[in-house]
Amino acid sequence: MNVLSLTALLFSGATAAGLVGALTGLGGGVVLVPLLTLGLGVDIKYAIGTALVAVIATSSGAAAAYVREGFSNVRIGLFFEIATTLGALLGAFLASRTPTSAIAVIFGVVLLTSVAFSWKEHREATESLSPDPLATRLGLNGSYPSLAGEQAYFPRRVPFAWLLMVVAGAASGLLGIGSGALKVLSMDNVLGLPYKVSTTTSNFMIGVTAAASAGVYLTRGYIDPGLAAPVVLGVLAGSALGARILTRARSNVLRLVFTAVVVVMAVQMIVHGLRGAA
Amino acid sequence: MRAERTVRRLGREVGAILRLGVLLSSAVIILGLVPYLVRDGAGHVDYHLFRGEPEVFRTVRDVLAYAAQAHPRGIMQLGVLLLIATPFARVALCLSVFARERDRLYIFVTLVVLLTLSWGLFGPG
Repeated sequence: MNVLSLTALLFSGATAAGLVGALTGLGGGVVLVPLLTLGLGVDIKYAIGTALVAVIATSSGAAAAYVREGFSNVRIGLFFEIATTLGALLGAFLASRTPTSAIAVIFGVVLLTSVAFSWKEHREATESLSPDPLATRLGLNGSYPSLAGEQAYFPRRVPFAWLLMVVAGAASGLLGIGSGALKVLSMDNVLGLPYKVSTTTSNFMIGVTAAASAGVYLTRGYIDPGLAAPVVLGVLAGSALGARILTRARSNVLRLVFTAVVVVMAVQMIVHGLRGAA
Repeated sequence: MRAERTVRRLGREVGAILRLGVLLSSAVIILGLVPYLVRDGAGHVDYHLFRGEPEVFRTVRDVLAYAAQAHPRGIMQLGVLLLIATPFARVALCLSVFARERDRLYIFVTLVVLLTLSWGLFGPG
């Protein structure tokens, strides 16, 4: 394939990735890695390097709007970024010494279970109405512009969510993708945050998690300018569009999109993992 | 009251730095991508086998030097590095906001994130 058509394909694929990534809080890796490897025959290492850059682009592109409009909770983001950056470094250093195929299978199963759990639990109201002492001391309570006006929320079960965030970070360092899913799910299921706060705060955080392992991938030669440059431009366009849509979208619709993407991603991980192990 | 003011200030300033990082990085990428496509657009590329990037694309210093010689791919990689630096700048900015608001707990939290990040970016690969 010549450079011009590859660049055009990368740009349009990345626009879709940025759109989905910004709407779901997942980053763009979910769409981008299969597009690069299966669609364009790019080696998985280049694909992971490119996806990592795409995640930073989705995060930065959409977060500018989400933070300004009061969706992302910056304190929650920072507090849990300690956990995810530590996890990401751990994952990146373990990557060359671990059977990643086995990890992919386990992680896929974990995702499927948690996404099923998130639907089951959300039939009842899980949002807590009174402040939790630890969350209050950490200044994590907040409010966001819901469709019905400004609404307060009170996170709970902070330590458990923190542990899950370490796992989320490690997964991103090891597999190059998948940290956003676990972040959204732990904020949604464990902290009990409103759905849009969970996805936009995840979106805010994934850029930092990805940047933590990007240095390692850069020095190992995974990041190619010919792949990354058009992807960055495409993702930025897509994520700006996604941020616009999210503001007006209903949470249930967003949750449905998220679930569909996570199920596809989890099945992909399991299949690839099993194939890689065989 | 003070907490609310911090939240608003964070929203405004963090939003601004993210937008700046994104705009700067895309401008530099376009600056490299256009001559790259004009010169090599019809050429063929193959990413099927992983060979690892040449040394000039692997460290911040080498990328800077290569871009300074006006190599289109070097300029593109510089733009990508600017994007990677954006979350870093955003955490640093949060630190300055919390310092101005004298929020000790979050000065500490942000410092830890910043140190871990720096270690990942500049530490032993």
